[in-house]
Amino acid sequence: MLRNRVSKLAAATTAGALLMAAAACGGSDDTKASATGAASQGAGAGGAAQVKVGLAYDIGGRGDGSFNDAAGAGLDKAVADLKLGKAQELEATQGETDAQKEQRLRLLAQGGYNPVIAIGFAYSGPLGKVAKDFPNTKFAIVDDPVEGANISNLLFAEEQGSFLVGVAAALKSTKDNIGFVGGVDVPLIHKFEAGFEAGAKAAKPSIKIQTKYLSQPPDMSGFGDPAKGKTAAQGMYDAGADVVYQAAGGSGGGVFDAAKAAGGMAIGVDSDQAALPAYANVKDVIITSMLKKVDVAVFDFLKNYVDGTVKAGPTVYDLKAGGVDYSTTGGKVDDIKSKIDDYKQQIIDGKITVPSS
Amino acid sequence: MSSFLDRLTGRVRLGGWLAVAAPVIAILFAVLITSAVLLVAGNDPVEAFRTLADYGSQPPTMALILNTSVGYYISALAVAVGFRMNLFNIGVDGQYRLAAVVAAGLGGAAVLPGVLNIVLTIVCAVVVGALWAAIAGVLKVTRGVSEVISTIMLNAIATGVGSWLVSNYFGVLNGNDLATRPIPDDAHVPGIPLVAGAPQPVNGFIVLAVILGAAYYVLLNRTRFGFDLRATGQSETAAVASGVNVRRMVVATMVISGAVAGLSGMPELLGASFKYSNNFPTGLGFTGIAIALLGRNNPVGMAVGALLWAFLDTSSDALQLLNISKEIVQIMQGVIVLSVIVAYELVHRYRIVAEQRRVSRELAAPAEPEGAAA
Repeated sequence: MLRNRVSKLAAATTAGALLMAAAACGGSDDTKASATGAASQGAGAGGAAQVKVGLAYDIGGRGDGSFNDAAGAGLDKAVADLKLGKAQELEATQGETDAQKEQRLRLLAQGGYNPVIAIGFAYSGPLGKVAKDFPNTKFAIVDDPVEGANISNLLFAEEQGSFLVGVAAALKSTKDNIGFVGGVDVPLIHKFEAGFEAGAKAAKPSIKIQTKYLSQPPDMSGFGDPAKGKTAAQGMYDAGADVVYQAAGGSGGGVFDAAKAAGGMAIGVDSDQAALPAYANVKDVIITSMLKKVDVAVFDFLKNYVDGTVKAGPTVYDLKAGGVDYSTTGGKVDDIKSKIDDYKQQIIDGKITVPSS
Repeated sequence: MSSFLDRLTGRVRLGGWLAVAAPVIAILFAVLITSAVLLVAGNDPVEAFRTLADYGSQPPTMALILNTSVGYYISALAVAVGFRMNLFNIGVDGQYRLAAVVAAGLGGAAVLPGVLNIVLTIVCAVVVGALWAAIAGVLKVTRGVSEVISTIMLNAIATGVGSWLVSNYFGVLNGNDLATRPIPDDAHVPGIPLVAGAPQPVNGFIVLAVILGAAYYVLLNRTRFGFDLRATGQSETAAVASGVNVRRMVVATMVISGAVAGLSGMPELLGASFKYSNNFPTGLGFTGIAIALLGRNNPVGMAVGALLWAFLDTSSDALQLLNISKEIVQIMQGVIVLSVIVAYELVHRYRIVAEQRRVSRELAAPAEPEGAAA
């Protein structure tokens, strides 16, 4: 019996070795190490075509129809308009550790990608470490204030944009009952909720607001699970709501489906979702979207990089800077546009201070 | 006669060349199927495997693989303890996260200095994990609730309780990140510079992982408790007949499983991030289930499984650099687990049929000379 055990252990160990061997026999004589690449540090001087942008997405990546897609759009525009070199995009995986995020950023910086942009506050700690090791690379991070001599922070006043769609929801609601679906119960999404609530209450003090978060941290599935979004929104429409605002990333599609099924209205987030091909079949229910112009922030940062005018530290994209806004695609809020714009002006003028939590 | 479950959880052993054949067949299966998937997706499998090998053999990646695998391995041990007596602890995920939240809260409060704080934090995690798992054990023996159902539900409850604790008691807001107070520097578990040329050291908990693996082997194979545990797993009625208190064993096994589960979050907490934040890794418990199956509950097999799993997880970026979708990693992991299960089952069936042939030959053989003599 002991002999059997030993031979089995040996077999299991050999198995691992064999797999590695099988992987290696693809021809390791080729020295093209594609993972690290020959580093060409600091491409800045040689013109825009030599600028190779590295971009690390948060969970969901390109195709989430929301936050990450907005960043991708900014990158695409920069590559086309500024004639940059080929960019490299990497995506995060669900449940990964900070060490894996750090490795992703390191891989980009080592591969000669400069500047490197991290999308989402989850990269905060990892970026802080990696930026120190690559002082000649410019880094940018969206939604996080982590400090560093070569880190630009692209921050947004989500509560201000949410305030405006809160006004729209309240004015459009005939039942005086609206809903908010948050992706994950995290401080960032609390800003959306706080602004939305303040806006709705400002337009209609007696309005009833239902709130639901799809998952609790560290379970981030609420940002990528349309089925959860649909169930939550369905519950709100059943309970008497007629407008639901979602700040739920990839789960938002489910909210739109529920709105369509219930004959209700919905409000999009981050991108102008009524104009996105992915949501073409539900665009009728999307009355407006809270625009968080990650695309503009990413483009501005890249343009500054090409012009050599990148500044470290925070840049706040608020209503005044045009970093957040509401969309009018589909013309469903045209009748109340003047009222929304009135609030917008008051926020810009500082007459209204929108709470962020 | 062995059941499929006995063969699946490694209770029936293969001998001689069959023990080598099973993993080899599994790897061939996995490589073939993954190559087919890559081809269908329009990628070159040879290039993909070469990139994986290149990437995996670089020192920084090797260190990262080791670091990632430490937590995976401990989690797999937690699952395996239950597996060996037919207890399916699906709740390792909830147990380690809740343990990590409470331990992080306590460790961050720094009520004790230095090493004492490390010990306190670890003990706290063990106790919380064990207690949380014990709920499922007690429910099973008193009310007959299937531990599969109760642990899955307890996972959801653990997420809620953890989030509530962080939001209301332990959490400190920093930018958009809500996290427990960081554990002070003097209570960090130091890394070990095992991999030459890697910028980061290897997580110090690798030592604990090795000790736990050895303890698992000794506990199961060299103690009375381990014998009772395995006996209960093979046949509950036989165990009862030989005087094993099965109810006590169920609770004790769940408690041990939960205690180990509590430890599985510690490499990340005390060796890497030093706080429990919204970005604390999730799903470790489910990874543990896959690795326990992959390693067939064998301490060395699971170590190989954990390393392989960690290697694939860290490879997602390297594949993306080749414009290969990162989802291929999950496909590979799933294919490998299935390949191992299918290959071992095939080899077992071959062994059973071969044994039956041998027996019938032996039974038939002595009849022949008699017939010839007549």
